[in-house]
Amino acid sequence: MAVRRAKVKSMGAAQDPALGTAMFAPAALYILLLIGVPFFLAMYYAFSDARIGNTDLHFVGLENFRSILQSPSFRSAVKNSIVFTLASQIIVIICSTILSTALENKFRGRGVIRYLILLPWVAPIALGAIAWKWILDSIYSVITWVLVWLHIFKPYGAPMWLGEPHLAMASVILVHCWRLIPFSTVIMLAGQTAIPREIPEAAAIDGAGFWRTLFQIKIPMMTSIISVAVLFGTIFTFTDMTVVYILTAGGPYDSTQTLPSLAFATGIQGSDLAAGAAISLFLVPVLVVIAYLMLRVAHRAEAT
Amino acid sequence: MPVVETRNLTKVFKEGELGAVNDVNLETREGEFLVFLGPSGSGKTTLLRMIAGLEEPTAGEILIGGRVVNDLSPRERRIAMVFQSYALYPHLTVYKNIAFPLKAQNVKKELHKEKVEWAASLLGIGALLHRKPRELSGGERQRVALARAIVREPSVFLLDEPLSNLDAKLRASAREELELFHRRVGTTTIYVTHDQVEAMAMGDRVVVLDQGVVRQIGTPREVYDEPADTFVATFLGSPPMNLVEMGDFIIGFRPEHFRVAETIRDSPKVAFDLHVQNVEYLGAEYILSGSLAGRRLDGKKVIARLLLGQSFEIGKTHQFAVPEQHLKFFDRSTGKRIEPRTLEWQ
Amino acid sequence: MAKKRLRKFSASVLHWFVLVFFTVLLAFPFYWMVITAFKQNLDLYTVENNPFIFNAKPTLEHLRLLLYDTRYVRWLGNTVFVGVLVVFITLLLAVPAAYALARLTGRWGQRLGIGIFLTYLVPPTLLFIPLSRVVSTLGLQDTLWSLVLVYPSFTVPFSIWLLMGFFKAIPKELEDAAMVDGLTRFGAFVKMVIPISVSGILTVVIFTFTLVTQEFVYALTFISSESNQMVGVGIPIFLVRGDVYFWGSLMAACLITSLPIALLYNIFLDRFIAGFTVGAVK
Repeated sequence: MAVRRAKVKSMGAAQDPALGTAMFAPAALYILLLIGVPFFLAMYYAFSDARIGNTDLHFVGLENFRSILQSPSFRSAVKNSIVFTLASQIIVIICSTILSTALENKFRGRGVIRYLILLPWVAPIALGAIAWKWILDSIYSVITWVLVWLHIFKPYGAPMWLGEPHLAMASVILVHCWRLIPFSTVIMLAGQTAIPREIPEAAAIDGAGFWRTLFQIKIPMMTSIISVAVLFGTIFTFTDMTVVYILTAGGPYDSTQTLPSLAFATGIQGSDLAAGAAISLFLVPVLVVIAYLMLRVAHRAEAT
Repeated sequence: MPVVETRNLTKVFKEGELGAVNDVNLETREGEFLVFLGPSGSGKTTLLRMIAGLEEPTAGEILIGGRVVNDLSPRERRIAMVFQSYALYPHLTVYKNIAFPLKAQNVKKELHKEKVEWAASLLGIGALLHRKPRELSGGERQRVALARAIVREPSVFLLDEPLSNLDAKLRASAREELELFHRRVGTTTIYVTHDQVEAMAMGDRVVVLDQGVVRQIGTPREVYDEPADTFVATFLGSPPMNLVEMGDFIIGFRPEHFRVAETIRDSPKVAFDLHVQNVEYLGAEYILSGSLAGRRLDGKKVIARLLLGQSFEIGKTHQFAVPEQHLKFFDRSTGKRIEPRTLEWQ
Repeated sequence: MAKKRLRKFSASVLHWFVLVFFTVLLAFPFYWMVITAFKQNLDLYTVENNPFIFNAKPTLEHLRLLLYDTRYVRWLGNTVFVGVLVVFITLLLAVPAAYALARLTGRWGQRLGIGIFLTYLVPPTLLFIPLSRVVSTLGLQDTLWSLVLVYPSFTVPFSIWLLMGFFKAIPKELEDAAMVDGLTRFGAFVKMVIPISVSGILTVVIFTFTLVTQEFVYALTFISSESNQMVGVGIPIFLVRGDVYFWGSLMAACLITSLPIALLYNIFLDRFIAGFTVGAVK
């Protein structure tokens, strides 16, 4: 009796392992081959002396790691990666909270504004970066022109936005924020619409004003959404080499070099695949932490 | 002085269309449990939300405690509201939920504990203070919502269909708890519902609304026994009052007053012939439905509610009657209640 | 009464200030692209000129240069070629896999789903070095085929994730009814589920295509010659002679490439967001 019932149940719930595996296998195989294998290859190369154009490979132990840990440009890259990512995330979260609150209620022109503010995110990264390179150009920068016009600087007396180390770092952070604010804002907006209408109304009746409702009720209710936005933003910034490569190519004097851009510079431009691989492996610990945090957020969200 | 009063209150959402609330005048009595009763779309929730300050009136005035509050924000009105979903703050403990209104109104921190515990003990949820809303049952959530409402000692409670999210079994006990709570605390309460049983059971007075217009305000007895128009007559009572058109007026009688003619002995009555078409046995009573036979009434569908001990055959005609005092008369064009008329065919 | 009106007024002023500030900050570079693309060089490269207006007549010269004297059109063609193939491969791999994960594999399905999601977190900047070796070993160095091979590695996980959400939302009863009517499970999938999911599949197509156009690292690493390059890399790298950038043509190229993508994104935005948040929070 129980057996028959179980069979009927399985037809309804439809666990068909053979078909399921067959449908899933091609994708799984592909991912294994093009993500799994290269991942292990990266580790393998990091312990070797691989170079571009050279087909033989020798095991060199920890030699690559030793030399890159001693190099000042590596240490600077680690510092920059952390600083850029942290600074961007903080600015992005603050800005997107403000912006998403402003976009919450319907108003005339909301659709147009939504389209306009999304542009940085949808345009290809490299194209946005090169546009900013032009805006921050050392001679023809429009920002310089405006500041000179406001008499804040003398003609030709404005700083080189991409030429001075601290300004260059600020510019890289600026471009990252510029790209991420739309993304974060849209996610936060989704989080805000998920709050039932009655909760801010209850808060209003309880006596809470706009700011108290925002900070003590709405934002705490959006923590899992905000976490998603922050975690994705962190990955995008931390693992990105495009913005740095186009804007400053790591300069001036490595002051804007990050781990990924240094890996590229060393591994591809410098032909030292092994060192490049070793550098890029330093991304892994951060990615592992983020993966763990994301799973925590997902798990906690499921529990509610 | 009435606690809550509305004068010519109107709310129009779309220009040119009929308002959600039209020219409503009412006033509450101190300490009473006033029910806004009506079908969905009758404007009862909109009316409540305007009193709360969550919707702006298009016209008219709202007074709380004698002063006009139209321009005051919800928090300035000294009211408390319990929503249909209870709207408990999910990320705060029960304690913090109840304490939130105190915090928002800048009550001194030292006083919080005392007041929260007072409110919690009033509702018997002292043991739940450290839980989060998602760990609570429906009934417990209602109690937390009430505690949060009462902790500020408001002048009026507004309740928006708080029982409709509970399942049937729970609803009865939650309803009783609300009634006991009201009796203990005595705060003027306005309660919105579409359920006429709730309205009859809980209300000191009922405001019957339809399409934004007040049809009748009265005690449960008044709205049930002396309905002001056909809408009130058919909305209260289940199964609804039988309405039969006769010329330019309508007569109405409740199913429970429609009995076998013989059984009505000591009061004047009006007789009808009932052609029985369906009999439903519900355990505690029978529901008979059929059509009136003879004279001008042929074919009009009516329902009778009878107690145990009577059996009827489908297809047969029996003589039924309604005691004269329970026969109501309504004007055919306006639906409003009119004085009894003589029935021509008698 | 007056106090309330004042409060409302200052609130809307603040509201509009915030909106204007961010809209200008975010959209300004695109406005700048438009202006630069049509300004004559002697206007563009004169420091004293007001950059916000046309001091000389607007010109189509940069556009002409872009379309006739550079490889821009070729890059567009390359990108479309790669895009179409990658979309095709992605659908082929991701649609069945997402269905399998959504329907057929029970508890394991959830674990595998998380696994797929995690692979999306492995960035190209980690894999590009070993992949460059693999690509040259396979003899695909400097060909578009290297990209066709490698790009699904980031489009497939993302697409599986998006599609899982779509498939989960389709009630199982539909397929059960189809099977009772005589279809096999796979038949039900092809004949019932896929037609209903057209909008989801279309969303995946659009986003896969935009991911392809946005990609930078792999294209930069695997492709060296100008004529084989993709549009996202060609524009910032090859529109230059030595140290001198062709800013006018560059900005025109950025504009022409970005706007259609932006249009497509906007149409499908809500679905995209749902996929992101549902996928992450479920």
